Amino acid sequence: MWEAVILTLKLATITTFLLLLIGTPIAWWLTRSRAKWKEIVGAVVALPLILPPTVLGFYLLLILGPSSPVGQFAEAIFGHTLPFTFAGLVVGSVIYSLPFVVQPVRNAFEAIGERPLEVAATLRASPLDAFFTIALPLARPGLLTGAVLGFAHTMGEFGVVLMIGGNIPGETKVLSVAIYDFVETLEWDKAHILAAGMLLFSFLVILIMSVAEKRMRNRLT
Amino acid sequence: MSTIDASFSGKVGDFNLNAQFSIPSHGVTAIFGPSGCGKTSVLRCIAGLDQLTNGSLSVGGIVWQDQKIFLPPHKRPIGYVFQEASLFNHLSVSGNLTYGQRRYKAPNTHLSLDNVIDLLGLNKPLNRSPQNLSGGERQRVAIGRALLSAPEILLMDEPLAALDHASRNEILPYLERLHERMEIPILYVSHDMAEVERLADHMVFMEGGSVSTSGALIDLLNNPELPFSRAPEAAALIEGVVVKYDEKYGLTTLSIAGAEMIVPGTVGPLGSAHRLRVTASDVGLCQGPLPDQLSIQNIIEARVISIQPMGEFQATVFLELGQKEGGAKIIARITRKSFEALALTKGSPVTALIKSIALLD
Repeated sequence: MWEAVILTLKLATITTFLLLLIGTPIAWWLTRSRAKWKEIVGAVVALPLILPPTVLGFYLLLILGPSSPVGQFAEAIFGHTLPFTFAGLVVGSVIYSLPFVVQPVRNAFEAIGERPLEVAATLRASPLDAFFTIALPLARPGLLTGAVLGFAHTMGEFGVVLMIGGNIPGETKVLSVAIYDFVETLEWDKAHILAAGMLLFSFLVILIMSVAEKRMRNRLT
Repeated sequence: MSTIDASFSGKVGDFNLNAQFSIPSHGVTAIFGPSGCGKTSVLRCIAGLDQLTNGSLSVGGIVWQDQKIFLPPHKRPIGYVFQEASLFNHLSVSGNLTYGQRRYKAPNTHLSLDNVIDLLGLNKPLNRSPQNLSGGERQRVAIGRALLSAPEILLMDEPLAALDHASRNEILPYLERLHERMEIPILYVSHDMAEVERLADHMVFMEGGSVSTSGALIDLLNNPELPFSRAPEAAALIEGVVVKYDEKYGLTTLSIAGAEMIVPGTVGPLGSAHRLRVTASDVGLCQGPLPDQLSIQNIIEARVISIQPMGEFQATVFLELGQKEGGAKIIARITRKSFEALALTKGSPVTALIKSIALLD
């Protein structure tokens, strides 16, 4: 049972880290770009919000599988294909939770507006310099929201995991799958512990996040 | 003498800008005009914040922009003060002040942080957040921040427009000090003639997206061909030198071209230059003998150089002080009745009467 909890925490931590690394530049580009087709990119990023996880999982399975170029590429690098491995889960989780990070971070970047960046430019700061010293610090509340949402969303992921991860203890058997298993095998006590733990965790996440975000915003405005 | 040569044309939103001008690279140049005439666009183009289809700009012989070159804003040695202070709220006051300074690689021979704090009277704790500062203090920090980035030209976009009356009066003296102490050219966008008269040496006058006229402010204000002398608050500016101070009555005598003038208060040490604003409606005209007792202390011989009727019942009379060519020029606003009683024509000798108290700053 604890193996599943630790695996889930590990997955959520790595995923959140990657989400911030990938999601922040995407959010920045979506905010700053004047390309007409940027909303197409925005829609693709937002797709997992409404797509059934099984659909996403199904296509990921195909794309990451041994018969697709992506899968062959992964095989050449890792020595095996990604489905039914922890690395595969990370890839799936990142795609699945991307909108939960991109959306709040993009909102935060948009709220900053043009002016602080123009001021920075007139003070000899290059665009990259201004991104790190002005945009990122001012977007802190949005980055926090994105990180917490991405982490929590990954913790509770089920459909995508089942499709591309399966149910391998210590490798891909995460919390939600474990709960499902316990219920299937009528081990209700264990299911209760995990389910109640998730309930408490989710409540605390939302509570802490809203309090922290409010305090940050007050400091910045 | 090196100059700033600018030419910008193209569309800004749905507005056509077509502005060409050349200004000296010293002193304060006001870009003046009604709201929506494209003043701010010109300033943004100079900073490189906006890029129009056709633009060229050279500052002191160095090309910042032409058909091939476009220096991005962070590569232009400018300081820019926006209408709103736009301080970085995540940084302390000193973090704001030194943001540009830290990015200036060569040793800064211009100004140190202490100089700027002194120059702008920033006496609040510097390690605090800028959010507790008043509007006037915030704008002073923004000016200091721009100065510390070691600009070769300072661009100010109506820095007083977003402030209330009290904060405006609090900042104006600092802007005048800036004018006295800084060697770099300052471009000052404003739609307020009173600010321009106080601060500027040169003026670029814009209307409907293009430059109508530009030149030395003093010459533009008393030019009968231009609209400035027709404004209700029309005034002439004259440059004087302090030659005497009467301690008993607190009056200062200024020497100006063609005359001397007495003004109230201490305007500066002996020998220092002082600019005097003479409002047209404060100038009276007289011909023939003066009464024996008169409260007016500035009684100056002058000649009429031009006359402009003002509507049906007023006239504006342009005067040159003294008997010889080269005297300072002022303008007088009088009623048509007085105008006809005096029978003024071009070249008529008159006596200009200006109350000292009307010359109070």
